[in-house]
Amino acid sequence: MTVFTIAGKELRSYFTSPLAYVVTAGFLVITGIFFALSVVLTNQASLRFALDNFRVIFLFITPLITMRLLAEEQATGTIELVLTSPVRDWEVVLGKFLGALGLLCVMLALTLYYPFLLFVYGKPDPGPIISGYLGLVLLGAGFIAIGLLTSALTKNQIVAAVLAFAILLVFWLAAPIGDVFQGTLRDILRYVSALDHYNDFSRGVIDTKDIVYYLSLAAAALFATVQVVGARRWI
Amino acid sequence: MIDVQNLTKYYADHIAIENLTFHVAKGEILGFLGPNGAGKSTTMRILTGFIPPSAGTAAIDGFDVMKNSLEARRRVGYLPETTPLYTDLTVRSYLRYMATLRGVPRKNLKSRVDDVMTKCRVEDVANTIIGKLSKGYRQRVGLAQALVHDPPVLILDEPTAGLDPRQNNETRRLIRSLAGDHTIILSSHILPEVSQTCQRVVIINEGRLVAEDTPEGLTNRLRSSDRLLVHVRGPVDEVAGLLGAMPNVLAVIPDQAEAGRFLVDTAPDSDPREEIAAEIVRRGWGLRELRPVGMSLEEIFLKLTTEEAPLEAAEAAA
Ligand SMILES: Nc1ncnc2c1ncn2[C@@H]1O[C@H](COP(=O)(O)OP(=O)(O)O)[C@@H](O)[C@H]1O
Ligand SMILES: [Mg+2]
Repeated sequence: MTVFTIAGKELRSYFTSPLAYVVTAGFLVITGIFFALSVVLTNQASLRFALDNFRVIFLFITPLITMRLLAEEQATGTIELVLTSPVRDWEVVLGKFLGALGLLCVMLALTLYYPFLLFVYGKPDPGPIISGYLGLVLLGAGFIAIGLLTSALTKNQIVAAVLAFAILLVFWLAAPIGDVFQGTLRDILRYVSALDHYNDFSRGVIDTKDIVYYLSLAAAALFATVQVVGARRWI
Repeated sequence: MIDVQNLTKYYADHIAIENLTFHVAKGEILGFLGPNGAGKSTTMRILTGFIPPSAGTAAIDGFDVMKNSLEARRRVGYLPETTPLYTDLTVRSYLRYMATLRGVPRKNLKSRVDDVMTKCRVEDVANTIIGKLSKGYRQRVGLAQALVHDPPVLILDEPTAGLDPRQNNETRRLIRSLAGDHTIILSSHILPEVSQTCQRVVIINEGRLVAEDTPEGLTNRLRSSDRLLVHVRGPVDEVAGLLGAMPNVLAVIPDQAEAGRFLVDTAPDSDPREEIAAEIVRRGWGLRELRPVGMSLEEIFLKLTTEEAPLEAAEAAA
């Protein structure tokens, strides 16, 4: 209940902040370009090329969405009001996470006119489109949880964003770096890579191991965030 | 209603409060007085469950702030020192949000929010974005959020800091009107503020409790560790030497403005005026003035918080 109150407040705050509009506008422009390119270049009624590239855009925009979540409250001191209310730490963290995920879902929903156009003018395979969007939501959830964690670590929103971007980059590049090595290390790095787990979704395959990967990534980051929020209280 | 028992807090190896013990009865307004850095905010943050104590206990209405944190927090309305507000929300939506976080049921939300907006006189800015409000209004919105869930205990950290005298008066009046229904701790580093608002005062300095009394009691208690004004026509150094050597004289402070005038602190209830007069007359100096001077509350405060030894003497005698 409190979780949804907090989530709702965060989501509403986004719609009063210029940054969220700028990020959303930028997202729509860039995804629009990818959509146009994917139709022109592949000459197919498929979103695969576009959705694959949405992931890269997520890498840049999720830190911008998440940076203020806890850093701003720590800078202005409102965190003191929240944490002295009869609310558990995890409720605050989960609420903020869901608020940011809500914004990401709104942004994704705004791109649904691309598949709509495809269905109007062609006969696309709905499978990869549905799984592609599902994969993006899961990937976004993982990224947002990481951004929330870095936002808990500092009062400075820029620091939070840069740190989140750096961590996401590591998750992103784990696979190519892994290819340099061999054997177990390579397998581990490949498994960790947030990139590779999207490939199945992109092909239209919904595999539990990919879902588990993204959900555990989000859960681990959220758990760490709760610890960080709690640790401030016990220092 | 509020029980603080041997509360101690270290920040790393720096001690912020040490062995604080005090109690606040139901419906009472307690002034929590001390200079900057005395440990007021630290104590309040512990009472509100924001930070843990290093040792000792604190309880709100019988609920330990550590072991039963949620129950304790449910009963507290808190205005932090910096009056943190969500500047992008309107006053009404801010108060609704805070009320929900504090567990006000949905069906009571509107009436609770309207009620505190009236009480704190912010109805006229109900739909204004908080970021656009003046300092005085922000402070009242801060008070409104502390009151919105009608908590039995209010913890207000320097609620009048930075206000102009008129706003200051209004805020004080508002706080006084809340006593009885609420148990209140109010901190300040300005004495008149506390003495006008509170029924009882706890004074802390460098993390330690140095006095606890009613504002009147404090005045009386310290007046009894008397201070005399002595004005003598005679050799200044010799006069000072004589005064300092008299029994029951604790300190002799020469008046910088006029040679021959001294402020003489004497042991409580000793009243050595006659002996002083006799000695001065015996030496053939001119005794122009000899009278007790009461200390203003400000002076008491200065004394309490800047000098430890005389105070301990006063405490021992009291
Ligand atoms: N977060 C903190 N970390 C380290 N030291 C602190 C912290 N907060 C307060 N202090 C120190 O603890 C002491 C008491 O501070 P505080 O409780 O804020 O006093 P007051 O509110 O009476 O001005 C001061 O010496 C202050 O520097
Ligand atoms: Mg303070």
